[in-house]
Amino acid sequence: MLEIDTNLLESKLPGFSNRFGKDVLTVSDHRGDLTIEIQPSVLRDALMFLKATLRFEILMDVFAMDYSKFDPPTRERFAVIYNLYSVSQQRRVRLKVFLNEDKPEIESVHDVYASANWFEREAWDLFGIVFKGHPHLVRILCHHDFEGHPLRKDYPSDGYQRLKSASPAAGI
Amino acid sequence: MTQDKNPPHASLINPEDADIRNVAFTTRLEDFVNWSRKNSLWPLPFGTACCAIEYMSVVSSHYDVSRFGAEVVRFSPRQSDCILVLGTVVEKMGPVLREIYDQMLEPKWVIAVGVCASSGGFYRAYHVMQGIDEVVPVDVYVPGCPPTPEGIIYGMMKLQEKITKGGIVRARDRHKLTGK
Repeated sequence: MLEIDTNLLESKLPGFSNRFGKDVLTVSDHRGDLTIEIQPSVLRDALMFLKATLRFEILMDVFAMDYSKFDPPTRERFAVIYNLYSVSQQRRVRLKVFLNEDKPEIESVHDVYASANWFEREAWDLFGIVFKGHPHLVRILCHHDFEGHPLRKDYPSDGYQRLKSASPAAGI
Repeated sequence: MTQDKNPPHASLINPEDADIRNVAFTTRLEDFVNWSRKNSLWPLPFGTACCAIEYMSVVSSHYDVSRFGAEVVRFSPRQSDCILVLGTVVEKMGPVLREIYDQMLEPKWVIAVGVCASSGGFYRAYHVMQGIDEVVPVDVYVPGCPPTPEGIIYGMMKLQEKITKGGIVRARDRHKLTGK
């Protein structure tokens, strides 16, 4: 079990470790970039807590990572990272969850932060992360005939795919 | 009615103009039409990347593409006869480009500006079309990443050369004349 710097966490995010302390896996504050890795099961609650109680009003970005060729190896292959920004306090925090390679699934947070809607579609499109409860989890960047998830490390770097059929009117 | 021997405008006509050789010249119809066409290109900028920024210089005062008669930039394909594809075109964008090209009236020409539009450029990956000639017929390719404004102007002058040499029959009707 990794040692968690509870004091650091408490000083930066008061009340967070009280509620989610047992689900926090790592905390780092590298050059002022506060990053908290937590269990996927509490991600949704943690985001709601950060939004409502600690006033992180904006979800700036959600993106995924494929760590399969990362050195040193990570605990799981995929990670999803949530970047939050507080307009009122002018500070940021980053939440990170690791997801299993065989079942890269996590709860959608589109109803907590509306901006998550398209970010989650992007992470699905490019990495194949499934966001459970998302209202419209379809590709957003690649065309509708595309197969696979091109930013995964096992996707060939020259894996160009032709568009075969006309674009469907709905679901663009 | 009697013929008026001195019509009201008679005094306005220069006596020298009575000789047809002083007021008219003869040419081939094709040459005349092509001369008009090449000196009044109405470009449509299909700008998807930094080449479009370079094109802004081309139409601005320093490079001033109006010297070549191609400054009337239109953002409607119905009003343009030369589409400049300025930037990266991804596979998903292909049908959009084709539809805009189809909406242009004949005669029409295509200039692929920059290496992305010409060949995909440095993108050889999952998303970028390896040259827009996969979806539209290209008349002139302008190399560069991005090309200099001089390069884009040179490309337009090359297109003018091509128009000079070309016929005036619509491209899609040409086979009816040649039987091919």
